[in-house]
Amino acid sequence: MNIVEYISQPWSWYVGGPLIGLTVGLLLIVGNKQMGVSSSFRHICAAIIPRKIKFFNYDWESQSWNLWFVLGIVLGGMIGSTLFLSTSPIEITEGTKEHLRELGVTNFTGYIPSQIFSFENLLTPKGFMFQIIGGFCVGFGTRYAGGCTSGHTIMGLSNFQLPSLIASISFFIGGLLMTYIVLPLFF
Amino acid sequence: MKNIKFLILGALFGFILYKTEVISWFRIQEMFLFESFHMYGVIISAIVTAAIIVFIIKKMNIKAINGNKVALTPKSFTKGNIIGGMLFGMGWTLTGACPGPLYALIGSGYWVVILALLSAILGTFVYGLLKEKLPH
Repeated sequence: MNIVEYISQPWSWYVGGPLIGLTVGLLLIVGNKQMGVSSSFRHICAAIIPRKIKFFNYDWESQSWNLWFVLGIVLGGMIGSTLFLSTSPIEITEGTKEHLRELGVTNFTGYIPSQIFSFENLLTPKGFMFQIIGGFCVGFGTRYAGGCTSGHTIMGLSNFQLPSLIASISFFIGGLLMTYIVLPLFF
Repeated sequence: MKNIKFLILGALFGFILYKTEVISWFRIQEMFLFESFHMYGVIISAIVTAAIIVFIIKKMNIKAINGNKVALTPKSFTKGNIIGGMLFGMGWTLTGACPGPLYALIGSGYWVVILALLSAILGTFVYGLLKEKLPH
């Protein structure tokens, strides 16, 4: 097995997790920046929206490192899916599949279910819910919470920040509410 | 080109997210259904590793490459940590992606995720409009 084939296999949690932690450290030492991805949404708004709204009236250009970082994430996905594409499918448990069949998902290939996520489904109730309402909650919620999984759960918790612990527990409670209460009401 | 290093670190982060399947919608459903340890393992081992690095930086007073003290600013508590946090959690289940994975998915060719990303940017915009009226 050559090195490319070796890297191309799906990575275990004990490989990927520590590497994510290491990236946080590299960003601190090389860039002197605390990791956080959701701030990029605010910078994008600040860059394109006229200066009248107070929340978006700040010097976003001084934070442009964050936009370079997220552009890098896009690039990383691109490199992974082309040069290091894995041939083995994602192993999802039978219990998960069973649950997802109730949501109408029967095709488990790829990283996202094509039966929900598509441009054609944009205006179907399910497509709108998962793509548009879902995205909206991510953007609204992360900014209101002051960060996301990277800024609060990984960066904040590793620096022992109590607000980050409260936020991370709230993320999880919200996710469980959606999984077990809201979604079963609709679909 | 002082920003190139951030592009490279971002690419490293996106690549890891891709290979560890953290950006998989299915993996996120599995996590909330308590069907697999994978996502918990990724998150916990990432926190532990980062915490060790942060500890070493503080303990040994390690400076950033630019010679400055490493900026570790405390986060302040607001009610938004709870309300906003729960809203984000709901969106996390739906999109199957937090902000980082949204970008990584688009990069890996799932163009349709642009819809969720645009909607997330809109969500942040609406938050900015309503900020003064929301409890904090």
